Amino acid sequence: MGLTNQSTGFASVKEMFQVKTDSPDDIVIALAGNPNTGKSTVFNSLTGLKQHTGNWPGKTVTSAQGNFYYRDRKVVVVDLPGTYSLFANSEDEEIARDFICFGKPHATVVVLDSTCLERNLNLALQILEATPNVVICINFLDEAVRKKIKVDLAKLTDLLGVTVIGTNARDGVGLQELKSAVYRVAVGDTVSSPMKIKYTDQTEKALALLEDPIEKVVDGRINARWVALRLLDGDKTFLEALKRYLGFDLLQNEDLAGPLQKAGELVNSDDARKRDQIVSSIVKQAEGIYANAVVCENHQHNTLDRKIDNILTSKRWGIPIMLALLGMVFWITINGANVPSELLASAFDHLEKGLTSLFMAWGSPEWLHSILVLGVFKTLAWVISVMLPPMAIFFPLFTLLEDLGYLPRVAFNLDHFFKKACAHGKQVLTMCMGFGCNAAGIISCRIIDSPRERLIAIITNNLVPCNGRFPILIALSSIFIAYKMGPFQSIIAALSILVVIVSGVTLTLIISRILSKTILKGLPSSFTLELPPYRKPQVGRIIIRSILDRTMFVLTRAIIVAAPAGLVIWLMANSFVGDTSILNYCAAFLDSFARLMGLDGFILMAFILGLPANEIVIPILIMSYMSQGVMLELDSLEAMRQLFLDNGWTWLTAVCTMLFTLNHWPCGTTLLTIRKETQSLKWTLYSFLIPTITGIVVCIIVAQTARLLELV
Amino acid sequence: MTEKFIPLHLLPTGSFGKVKGLTALDSMRRRMLDLGLINDTLVESLRRSPSGDPTAYQIRGAVIALRSEEASNVFVEIA
Repeated sequence: MGLTNQSTGFASVKEMFQVKTDSPDDIVIALAGNPNTGKSTVFNSLTGLKQHTGNWPGKTVTSAQGNFYYRDRKVVVVDLPGTYSLFANSEDEEIARDFICFGKPHATVVVLDSTCLERNLNLALQILEATPNVVICINFLDEAVRKKIKVDLAKLTDLLGVTVIGTNARDGVGLQELKSAVYRVAVGDTVSSPMKIKYTDQTEKALALLEDPIEKVVDGRINARWVALRLLDGDKTFLEALKRYLGFDLLQNEDLAGPLQKAGELVNSDDARKRDQIVSSIVKQAEGIYANAVVCENHQHNTLDRKIDNILTSKRWGIPIMLALLGMVFWITINGANVPSELLASAFDHLEKGLTSLFMAWGSPEWLHSILVLGVFKTLAWVISVMLPPMAIFFPLFTLLEDLGYLPRVAFNLDHFFKKACAHGKQVLTMCMGFGCNAAGIISCRIIDSPRERLIAIITNNLVPCNGRFPILIALSSIFIAYKMGPFQSIIAALSILVVIVSGVTLTLIISRILSKTILKGLPSSFTLELPPYRKPQVGRIIIRSILDRTMFVLTRAIIVAAPAGLVIWLMANSFVGDTSILNYCAAFLDSFARLMGLDGFILMAFILGLPANEIVIPILIMSYMSQGVMLELDSLEAMRQLFLDNGWTWLTAVCTMLFTLNHWPCGTTLLTIRKETQSLKWTLYSFLIPTITGIVVCIIVAQTARLLELV
Repeated sequence: MTEKFIPLHLLPTGSFGKVKGLTALDSMRRRMLDLGLINDTLVESLRRSPSGDPTAYQIRGAVIALRSEEASNVFVEIA
């Protein structure tokens, strides 16, 4: 039952997924399903949130892994990307197919949405054809009840020939049964006899010709009928994968050439329509099973969804509502973060005083205190007190919109603009992921299958501010643009952030169009977007997930970068060349160019030193300003405003800094991710240069125009 | 085919059409087949996006948005 005996041929798939098993006795299961079937919820409920990678709810952008124990056996769950099909059209589908076919999981769980079964069954049947070790999980049973859709699980079990378990993963219903079913399939207690899909007579004859010779070659290492089908429909990516993982080059195999030619003559249709017959047979059988096992008592069950869509995607209200929702999210974030931010800041302030007296009591040298407390600790304190509260509010709110199913509607509303920019409609979704973290946004670009449009989405992803940059925007807009606006302060601040976001999206569209007309020439590729049913969000889970996963993940990263950055900046401020500190020396060097952009040398330097993570830009700036002599207690945004004013800031400096925050090089992590995803230094360089040049140009234009018009 | 049937993007919103053929090729064709757009599938045109394109269709229990470029490759008979 172990993995080691299979390891030779399949090693590369296992490596690709980095399946983390402790012993050969561990059970490995794959979790497959269409997008929006609650697959991630099933995953989290099974594994109890113990996953290795940050899985962004709603979209499995990397294959997350987790585990649970059943009867003292460790079961490793690999969450595959959500796909509609195993006939690879996109990288995601290829990953799912390769893992199921070549990764040889002990069992594959296919998650189906009970309210959309007909469509979902298509994938289930394809998987049943590839492997018999399948457990079908019919999820969202409560929604089905609400919509008066009756799913006959016994009948489904009967028709499909494998175990079918009904679940409502959000409330943990049916999970024990699922675990036990998976276990029994994995250890061989349940022997499934999955239904066989029947094809047209010619196809069946062709398959009969191919199956035996293929079986002789592959020798039980992969289902021969499945391989024969892929040969018939000419799936090149599958044949390549077969060569890569198992070393079989079937097209070069002499024993197969004869049967293959005969089989080809039997099905005898032109290349484009080869697959039609195969797919049609599967779809028709899914239709038949659906008709047999599912009863829709209320044919109007989608009425509510349609009514909501009538408003949210209407000609008149669609876009205004979208802007209002986004503005509201910012407003709640800004308003809600104020008090906890100040509380945290004052708590850190007390802690700092305590630390200082501790250092004094130990009689430690002044430089050590300075380096650790004033350098490292202060930076950390700033990052945590300014970043944590807005993230802890923004992420749950945004996840709420995601969970409700609103984001695909945004893509639907905005698609026209993206088409005009010759970009992919799903770029909206990857942009939304960028709000959380641009690196995650770039990984999510895998949902775009056209390489050209995927590159455009990757290069422009940085134009949406990630949460590392949000605090900069929030802080600057609160203290400069919306300063002393009384009760309207937070509204004005939210509005100005909204303006920044809209300008970011506009720039995304402009740059996408320019790219499409120059270095990435081409027309928009085919685009299909599912608008899933609206779901009742699980507020409790959203809060836990977004705080545990996103907030803590991002904060930890920021802290890891902030501590050494605090050290470096302290060293720069305290090492002298002649009379000038290295810090001042560098800032002076950058100053004249920075002023052209409406910034100053210190701001530009903070951005440069902030390359590892945008979160540390403001702390670096504060420390640089403070190291110039004035040492003040920085426990409120008010103090920050005063510090910036003392250093010659005007509203224009704030605006230009905000613009440059939106448009500059991606952070280090993002650049590494781009390099990994594109496998190309050239495109990484473009991703660096394009936003940077845009930012410089935009800042210069704004600064010079404002000065020319004597607005400052 | 083109005389008797209309391309899907011209199907008026709120009405149903029965798929009678695909003229899409390669990956677009595969994607459409995966959506279940095979012969005789009943499709309902649900709504157009604020700017008129794409359009959302009800296909085999799922709501799918297609741009007019894609939908024009699906020929339907008004049902």
